[in-house]
Amino acid sequence: MIEVDSLHKKFGKNQVLTGLDLQIEEGGIFAVLGPNGSGKTTLIKCILGMVLPNKGAIKVMGAPIKNTWRYRKQINYLPQIANFPGNIKVNELFKMIKDLRQQPDRQEELISLFGLEPSMNKRLATLSGGTKQKVNIVLTFMFNSPLIILDEPTTGLDPASLIQLKNLIREEKSKGKTILISSHIMQFVAEVADEIIYLLEGTIYYKGGISELQKKTGQKDLEHAIAAITSTPVHA
Amino acid sequence: MPLRLLHPHLYMLKILKYSFYDLIRSRWSYVYFMFYLLLGFVLLFLNNDVSKAVITLMNVIIVLVPLIGTIFGIMYYYNSKEFTELLLAQPIPRSSIFLGQYLGVAGSLTLSLVLGLGIPFMLYGLFKSDAIFDFSLLLVTGAFLTAIFTALAFNIAISNENKIKGFGYAVLLWLFLAVIYDGLFLMSLIIFEEYPLDKFSLAATMLNPIDLSRTLILLKLDISALLGYTGAVFKQFFGTDTGLLVSMLMLLTWTVLPIWRIVYKAKRKDF
Amino acid sequence: MKIVFCFLLGLLCYAGQAQHTKVIEVCPTCPVSTIKEGIAMAATNDTLRIKKGTYLEYNIVIDKPLTLLGEDYPIIDGEDKGEIIRIVSDSVTIDGLFIKNVGTSYTTDWAAIRVVKSENYLIQNVVLEKLFFGIYLERSNNGRVYNNKIKGDAVDEYNSGNGIQLWYSKNVVVDRNSVQGVRDGIYLEFSDYITIKNNVSTKNLRYGLHFMFSNDDIYTNNTFDNNGAGVAVMFSKRIKMLNNTFRKNWGTAAFGMLLKEINDAEISGNTFEENTIGINIEGSNRIEYHNNNFIRNGWAVKVMGACYANTFKNNNFLYNSFDISYNSKMNDNVFDQNYWSEYTGYDLDKDGVGDIPYRPVKLFSYIVNRTPETIILLRSLFMDIIDFSEKVSPVFTPDNLLDANPLMKRQK
Repeated sequence: MIEVDSLHKKFGKNQVLTGLDLQIEEGGIFAVLGPNGSGKTTLIKCILGMVLPNKGAIKVMGAPIKNTWRYRKQINYLPQIANFPGNIKVNELFKMIKDLRQQPDRQEELISLFGLEPSMNKRLATLSGGTKQKVNIVLTFMFNSPLIILDEPTTGLDPASLIQLKNLIREEKSKGKTILISSHIMQFVAEVADEIIYLLEGTIYYKGGISELQKKTGQKDLEHAIAAITSTPVHA
Repeated sequence: MPLRLLHPHLYMLKILKYSFYDLIRSRWSYVYFMFYLLLGFVLLFLNNDVSKAVITLMNVIIVLVPLIGTIFGIMYYYNSKEFTELLLAQPIPRSSIFLGQYLGVAGSLTLSLVLGLGIPFMLYGLFKSDAIFDFSLLLVTGAFLTAIFTALAFNIAISNENKIKGFGYAVLLWLFLAVIYDGLFLMSLIIFEEYPLDKFSLAATMLNPIDLSRTLILLKLDISALLGYTGAVFKQFFGTDTGLLVSMLMLLTWTVLPIWRIVYKAKRKDF
Repeated sequence: MKIVFCFLLGLLCYAGQAQHTKVIEVCPTCPVSTIKEGIAMAATNDTLRIKKGTYLEYNIVIDKPLTLLGEDYPIIDGEDKGEIIRIVSDSVTIDGLFIKNVGTSYTTDWAAIRVVKSENYLIQNVVLEKLFFGIYLERSNNGRVYNNKIKGDAVDEYNSGNGIQLWYSKNVVVDRNSVQGVRDGIYLEFSDYITIKNNVSTKNLRYGLHFMFSNDDIYTNNTFDNNGAGVAVMFSKRIKMLNNTFRKNWGTAAFGMLLKEINDAEISGNTFEENTIGINIEGSNRIEYHNNNFIRNGWAVKVMGACYANTFKNNNFLYNSFDISYNSKMNDNVFDQNYWSEYTGYDLDKDGVGDIPYRPVKLFSYIVNRTPETIILLRSLFMDIIDFSEKVSPVFTPDNLLDANPLMKRQK
C-alpha cells in the first residue's frame, strides 16, 4: 500500500528524517509511534504530499507520488490539529469538501453517530475543541477510501466518542482498508493496532506486531515494552 | 471503485468560488465597496464636475488601491491558513488552491472597486459623456493594480511564515513603491541632470507598477504637458500609441510574474 | 454689416456707371483672352469680368483703379514662375479668383497678391493654393482683406511664406479669412491700427498669428488651432486680444500665446485649451488678463524673466497640469478672484470666495523647469507631498504669489 524509500527531510538546520525506509502492506492498522520530534507528523505529511522530501521516494498503491495529486483521492486524512476556516458553518464545510471530492459519502450516518446535528448551523470558530475534532472525524470517515491516515485522532474526545471512533476504525479495518495512526495514547494503540512502527531520530527503530514486541522485550504492558526497546537495541 | 476526478482548472474555479463568497460576505469588502460608492457620489453629485472627479479618483486609485490590495492579500493568506491546510490533504493540485484563493481576493476587490465607482458614474450618466474613456482607463488601471499588489502580497506571505514579519514587509513594499521609489527616482534625475535621461526615466517608470499606472493616466490627463519635453524617446512614447501599448504590456507582465511566482513557491513549500 | 457693405458696393457701381465706366469680359475664348490684355484695355474704375477657365499668367500688374471680378472662380495658374498679381494703384478690388502655383524663391518674397504703396483696396472671396506668400500688403494703408481661403502645403519653415502679411501698413481690416498650411498664418510687422477678427488659422508651421513691432492693434474672435504655436506677440504695444480661441498647440516650444516685450495689452475672454503652454510671458508689463479660460493646458501661464505689474483677474484655471509657473523667486504680478479647479479650500461664510488663499505655483514646476525629465513624476504621491509642504510654508516659491480671494465657482 505504501512504500517509502530512504526518505530524507530537513527543516532549515533541523534534520527530521534521515533515510527512512518503510513498507506498509494492504489491510490492517499500523500505529506510528515515537517521541516528540521523531518525525511522525513529517512522515505522514510526506505521504500526503504536504511536505516535500529532500531525498528519497514514496509510492502509494504502487505509484510514485512525486508531483501528482490525484492519488489523494485514495486517502482520508485526519489532521493533528483541527484547523478550519472560522467563518463558515459546519454544513457549509461538509458541502464544500463533498463538492471538491465528488465521491459518495456517509455524512448523515456519521453526524448522528457523533451527535453533531445541533452544531450543523454553527460557525466553526464557535465550536469547542472536542466538537471540532468530531467534525474532523466525520470529514475523515465520510468517504470510502482504501487508505486512512489519522494523526492524533483521540485529541479532545469524550469517552463515548472515543468508543465510537474505535468502532469506526475496526469497521474500516474489517472492510480490508489500510489505516495509519499516529498517537501518544498507548492504551488506544494497544487496543486497535496490529503493527507498530517506532520512529526514533528520523528513522525506523522498530516495526512489527505488538505481541512480538512484548515477547522480545519480555514486557506485558505496551508502554513498558516501548520504553524497553529504546534502551535495549532491537532490530526490525 | 468509481473515481471521478475533475480537470485541475475546475478545482481552481471551485476554490475561487469559495474564497470569493467567503470574502464578499466579509465586512471589509462592504466597507471597501461603500467607500468607493460614497466617494463616487460625493465627487459627482456634490461637485458636478466629471473632469475634476476623474483627477481626484486617479489620485485615490494610485495610492489606495495598491495599499488595500496589499493588506487584503496578506491578511487573507494568513487568515485562510487553516483552509489551505485542509485543502492540501484533499485531491486538489496545489497550484489550484493558491491560484483559486488569489483570484478570489483579487476578484472580490476588483468587483468592489468597479461597482463602487461604476454605480455612481452610471447614475450620473457617464456613458453618454466623453469622459467614459478616461474613466474606463481608470478602472482598468485600478483592476491591474489590485491584481498586482494582491499577488505581491501573496508572494510575501508565502515566503514568510511569521505573520507580523510578512505584514511589515508588505506595508514596506507599498510604502517603497508608492512614495520612496519616486523620491529616489527624482533625486537621481536631479543628480544626473547633465546626462540624457529620457530612456532612464522611462525605464524607471516601467519598473514600478504604481508609476506605470500613473503614466498611463497622465497620457490621458496631461498629454499637453508631456509633449513639452524635448527627448525623442519621450516623444515617441507619449506622442504615439506606443506609450499606451507598452504600459499595458508592462502592467500585464507585472501581473503575470508575481502570479507565476506564487505557483512556483507554492509547489515547493512544506505545510 | 454685410448688407450695408453690399449696398455700398452697389452704390459704387451706380456711381461708376454714371461716369460711364465699362465692363470688360475676359474668357479663354473671348476676344480678350488674358487678364493682362484686359487690364491694358481698361480705363480707370472699369470692371474686368473674368469668366470660368484657366489663365496661365503671372506678373500681372494692376496700375489703375480697377475691379477684377471672377465668375465661378476662374483659375489663375502661375506655373511656379513668380509673383502673380501686383497692385500698385489705389482703389483696386479683387474678388472671387482662384490663384495657384506661386513661384518659390529664396531671394524674393513672391506672393499670390501683393499690394504695394496703395490704399483703399479690397481683396475678398479669393482662394489661394500652392502658394509661397499669399496676400502681401506692403506700405499699403486703409484696406480690407475679407473672406479669403488660403491653403498651403508648407513642410519646412525656410522655404515657405506667410498666408497674409502686413508690412508697414496701417488701418487694415482682416476679417473672416481662413489660413492653413503656411509658415505664419497672419504676419504683422510695423503695422499699427490693424483689426483682425473672425479668422481661422490652423495647422501652420510656425504661428497662427504673429505680431512684430506693431502697436495699437486688435484681434478678436479668431480661432488658432494646431499651429506650431498659436499667436506670437513680440515687441508691440497696446494690443487688444479678445475672445479668441487657442487650441491644441502641442510641442516642445508650443504655446497658445507667446508674449515677448509686450506692454499695456489687454487679454480677455479668450479660451486656451489643451496647449502645451497656454500663455508664455517674457518681459511683458502692465497687461490685464481677465475672464479668460485656461483648460487642460500643460502650463496655463508660464512666466519667464521679468514681468511687472500684470493683473490676472476673474479667469478660470481648469485642470491644467500646472496653473502658473515662475522661474524666479520674485513676483510683482497680482492674482485675484480667479477660479482654480485645484483649489481645495472652503468657504464657511458662503460669500463665494474661498477663506484661505490659493498658491498657484507648485514647487514641482520649478523642478521641471530645471530638470525636464522629472515631468514623468507628475501627480505622484511623492511630488504631492513635497508640493503640499511647500504650500504650507513656501521656501522656493515667491511668498506673495497667491490668490487671496479664490472663487468657489467657475466664472461664466
